[in-house]
Amino acid sequence: MTAFIKEIEVQGLRLAYDSKEVLHGITFDVYRNEILAVIGPAQSGKTSMLRCLNRTIDFTASATVSGTVRVGGEDVRRTRDVFALRRKIGMVAPLPVGLPLTIYDNVAFAPRSSGLTRKADLDPIVERCLRQAALWDEVKDRLRSLGTALSGGQQQRLTIARALSHQPEILCLDEFSIAIDPVTTMRIEDVLKELRHEITILLVTNLTQQARRLSDRTMFLWDGEIVEIDRTDVIFSGSPKSEKTRDYVRGVFG
Amino acid sequence: MRFARTPHVARKERAEVAAKAIFALMAAAMVVPLVLIVGYLVYLAWPSLGWEFLVDVPRRGMTEGGIWPAFVGTLYLVGISLLVSAPIGVLAAIYLNEYARDNWFNRVVNLAVINLAGVPSIVHALFGLGAFVYAARLGYSILSAALTLAIMTLPVIIASTREALASVPMAFREACWNVGATRWQTIRAVVLPNSISGILTGIILQVSRAAGETAPIMFTGAVFFKAVGRGELFPYGLHEQCMALSMHLYTLATQVPNVKESLPYATAVVLLGSVLLVNASAIALRVWLRGRKKW
Repeated sequence: MTAFIKEIEVQGLRLAYDSKEVLHGITFDVYRNEILAVIGPAQSGKTSMLRCLNRTIDFTASATVSGTVRVGGEDVRRTRDVFALRRKIGMVAPLPVGLPLTIYDNVAFAPRSSGLTRKADLDPIVERCLRQAALWDEVKDRLRSLGTALSGGQQQRLTIARALSHQPEILCLDEFSIAIDPVTTMRIEDVLKELRHEITILLVTNLTQQARRLSDRTMFLWDGEIVEIDRTDVIFSGSPKSEKTRDYVRGVFG
Repeated sequence: MRFARTPHVARKERAEVAAKAIFALMAAAMVVPLVLIVGYLVYLAWPSLGWEFLVDVPRRGMTEGGIWPAFVGTLYLVGISLLVSAPIGVLAAIYLNEYARDNWFNRVVNLAVINLAGVPSIVHALFGLGAFVYAARLGYSILSAALTLAIMTLPVIIASTREALASVPMAFREACWNVGATRWQTIRAVVLPNSISGILTGIILQVSRAAGETAPIMFTGAVFFKAVGRGELFPYGLHEQCMALSMHLYTLATQVPNVKESLPYATAVVLLGSVLLVNASAIALRVWLRGRKKW
C-alpha cells in the first residue's frame, strides 16, 4: 500500500429498490493492491454495493442507481463494454456456486465467453487459476468431473478460481466463508494473502475478526451509510472515531 | 415411565395412520379407471386388432378393413403442428423468462398466454377456420388443421417451458453474469442444458393432446374418408385434406351404419396406444436426461 492509486472511486452512490432506498449516498475509495474489508450487519447494503460496482445491478429491474462509480478511472455507467467491466472485477458469492459443468469448463467458461477457444490457450489459464485458488492438487486428476460434485469448500475455491479466470484487477468476495468450514476458510485466507500482491481485494464479511486478520483498511457500513472507514488497526484499536464502530467490533451488538 | 405414551401422542399417531391410508387409497384409485378402460377397450377390440388393421385401408363403406389413412393423417397433423409450435413456444418462453422485464407489454403477453391456454378447443377450431382456411386462403387442408393444432398447443408449451427455465437456480445465471457472460451465453451454456428435460417433456405431452382433439381438425382439414393406398407412406399433400384417428373414431361410432362392432374399439386402442407410447417415451427421455442433470 505504498502508492495510493485509486482503483475504485465511489461518490455519492445511492441505490433504491422501487421506493426503498438501501444505500444513502456513500463515498469511498479503494486503493490499488490493498485489502479493504467491508463489515456490517445483514441488510446494511453490502451486497447491493458490490452489485453496483460491476453493474450486475442492471439485472434487477426495480433498482435505480445514482451517484458515480469509477473503476480504474472509468465511469461504470458510461462504459462502452459492460462485459469487459465485469471481467475486470472477479466476484465471489456467499454460497459456493459450482456451475453444472465440468471443473475444467467452470474455469474455462469466462475465457471462452470472451473469445478464447483453443485448448492450448485455455489449459494454462485453468491450471494457473486452480493453483491460485489452492485447488489444483485436489482436482488435477479429475478435471473432467462435475464442478457441482465437489464439496462445499472445494466449490468455493472453484468459484474463486473462476473469478480469477478472466484476470481481474479487482477481486470482490461477498461473505465467502459463511458456507464453509474454518480450515478451508483459513486456506482461502492464505490464498488471499498471496493474491494481494497482484490485485486489489474488496472483502465483504460478517466476521469482524476476518476483517482484522486480512485487511489493510476496514469500512463499517450500517443501514446504507458508511459509519467509518479507516486503517484496520485503528478500527480495532479500541478507540475508533465512532462509538458505534467500537461497539460493533467488540460484539456489543450486531 | 419417562417414555410412556401420552394420550396426545397416541392421537397423533392414529391421525398419521389414517392420513396415510386415505392418501394411499386415493393414489390406488387412480389406477382402477385406467386398467378398466384399457382392459375393456382391448377386450372389445380384440377381433380386429393386428398388423393388418393398422396398415390396411377402410373397406366396404368403412364397415371393414383398417385405419391406415387415419393413422398416417394423425401423424401428419401432430408432426406438422409440433414443428410449428415447439420452436415458437420455446423461443417465446426463453424471451419471457430470461429477457423480459416487468412492463405492460410483457404483462399483456403473459395474460395472452394464460388465457389462450384456457380457450376450449372448439373455439380454436372456429379461429382456425376463420384465420387459416379463409383469411390465409389455405383452404380445408392438412396445413390449416395442423396450424390450428399448433395455436392450441402453443400456450401450454410456453407455460411448461417457462416453468422448466425457472427451475434453474438464479445463482447459476448470476455466476455467469459476474464473469462477463452475456445473457445468451449464459442461456446456452447453463440454462438450456439444465432445463432441456423439462422443456422436452412439456412438448411431448402436447403430442397426446394434439392427437386426441377432434373439433379443431374437423373444422379445418380432416375428412370422413379419403382414398389412399394400403400402407402408403406419404399419401397426402400438405394442401389436401386427410383422415385422422380421432375423427375416424367419431365417424365409426356415430355416422356409419352396420359397422363391425370391434372396429371403433380397435381404432380407440390404436389412438390410446400411440398416445401411451409417446408419453412413455417422454418419461424415458426425462429419466435419461435427469440422469445427466448436473446438480
